[in-house]
Amino acid sequence: MLVGPETSDDAGVFLLNETTALIQTVDFFTPIVDDPYLFGQIAAANSLSDVYAMGGQPLTAMNLVAFPIGCLPDTVLADILRGGADKIREAGAVLVGGHTVEDSEPKYGLSVTGLADPRRIWTNAGALPGDQLILTKPLGTGILATAARAGLCREAAAAAAQSMAVLNAAAAQAAKDQPVHACTDITGFGLLGHLHEVAAASGVTLEIDSAALPLLPEAAMAATMGMVPAGAYANRNYLTMIRFAESVPEALRDICFDPQTSGGLLFSLPEPAAVVLLAALQALGITAALIGRVTGPQKEEECEIYVR
Amino acid sequence: MSDKLILDCRGLPCPQPVIATKKALERGEHDFVVVVDNTAARENVSKFAVSQGCGVQVETEGMISRIVVTTAAGSAPEFPAAPPATVGAGGNLRYLLTQETLGHGSGELGAVLVKSFLVALKEKTPLPTTLMLINGGVKLACTGSAVLEHLLELSRQGVEILACGTCLDYYGLKEELKVGSVTNMYTLVDLMTEGKLVTL
Repeated sequence: MLVGPETSDDAGVFLLNETTALIQTVDFFTPIVDDPYLFGQIAAANSLSDVYAMGGQPLTAMNLVAFPIGCLPDTVLADILRGGADKIREAGAVLVGGHTVEDSEPKYGLSVTGLADPRRIWTNAGALPGDQLILTKPLGTGILATAARAGLCREAAAAAAQSMAVLNAAAAQAAKDQPVHACTDITGFGLLGHLHEVAAASGVTLEIDSAALPLLPEAAMAATMGMVPAGAYANRNYLTMIRFAESVPEALRDICFDPQTSGGLLFSLPEPAAVVLLAALQALGITAALIGRVTGPQKEEECEIYVR
Repeated sequence: MSDKLILDCRGLPCPQPVIATKKALERGEHDFVVVVDNTAARENVSKFAVSQGCGVQVETEGMISRIVVTTAAGSAPEFPAAPPATVGAGGNLRYLLTQETLGHGSGELGAVLVKSFLVALKEKTPLPTTLMLINGGVKLACTGSAVLEHLLELSRQGVEILACGTCLDYYGLKEELKVGSVTNMYTLVDLMTEGKLVTL
């Protein structure tokens, strides 16, 4: 086993032979948008993302479905599965089966198996002082989903849904030729939660430039209006090793803790390559940004992540 | 102090405590207490009230927080202008529904029409801020109504649904109200005279 549960990584990695490693991951959740087809796409993109975050290529996928059979029209289930199948196909993977259980609330996701070159696995653990940090999707999906539940920010929530449905395939592909030291995807623990995993696994400290963070439209306004999901406060309570400059507005702090669904990839790589990767990502139309850097090795009694 | 309006939002998940606070401000409440039982709701209600220019005072005891929300000089905030929200933006439109069917003529047709009206209304952007139900209109929001699901959906989207208390009493439906809240003629008159009103 190359990567196991100990380092809070995105997926498990098992060495098959010198040139091939198996990547396995599973994820499923309750609907975060009303449109079943879009929900299927988002859930599948989210599950597939873990393979991309390890530097792998998805090979096969299996559906995991919970559905209130008889309570909701069968077309809802069919649309969810169609959304998932379309994303699996887009990823170049094959749907090989699945399992459905009856449940009061719909849930959907995938178990994904992928392949990677064992010498080119991207884990949380390789970030080095001097690296630049690149994020490949805008933040704020949790806050905008909360706002949408309050009947606010509908257009912005639709933009968030489109962003969540985007595969991280192109971003991962663009980084294949670059000396990536560490990579993860930004999901339920929020930007800072996943940065903490990288910092802890790599034994480094990070500095984040809050003004450089890519944001979904109206996310900051929705945060100001109190549309912050409970998960963001839970992340904040857990992440005690983070320090904010006084000038960082509260809305941006909230966004830093906001749980993301199918968020972007976070790359840590040395500076000259980072600039090349950023240009390549932006040329592909990806909303990528340089959001900070690795400042040094971790020392006792020093904050792990500084947000300025 | 003791006769202040209290919004008991204990046990409600986010963003419902914020929605309740928003509705109270929209009704013109200017000094009220929101009671919540978790950090997320406490911080979110405080953030929201501050973003609307209100004064906020929080007393926390254990898990329970009492958030006292006051608007400046006791005046109602100019709500529609404040947040660029989908609901209520662009016109501050209100509907007054005076019967349980739509239009005069066939009652059977009117029942079909009120249903298709509400279905079409759900798709409209921006949504109206308020549906006011008087006389037979209150039956739309009560047990057995054929359009209950549509009103529930509108309510979830942030549309305020207000049913006339006198009317509910008259029809003996006070216990049967399934969506929205009970209101009185003073509030209704206030709402009828500000913003745009469509009477059906």
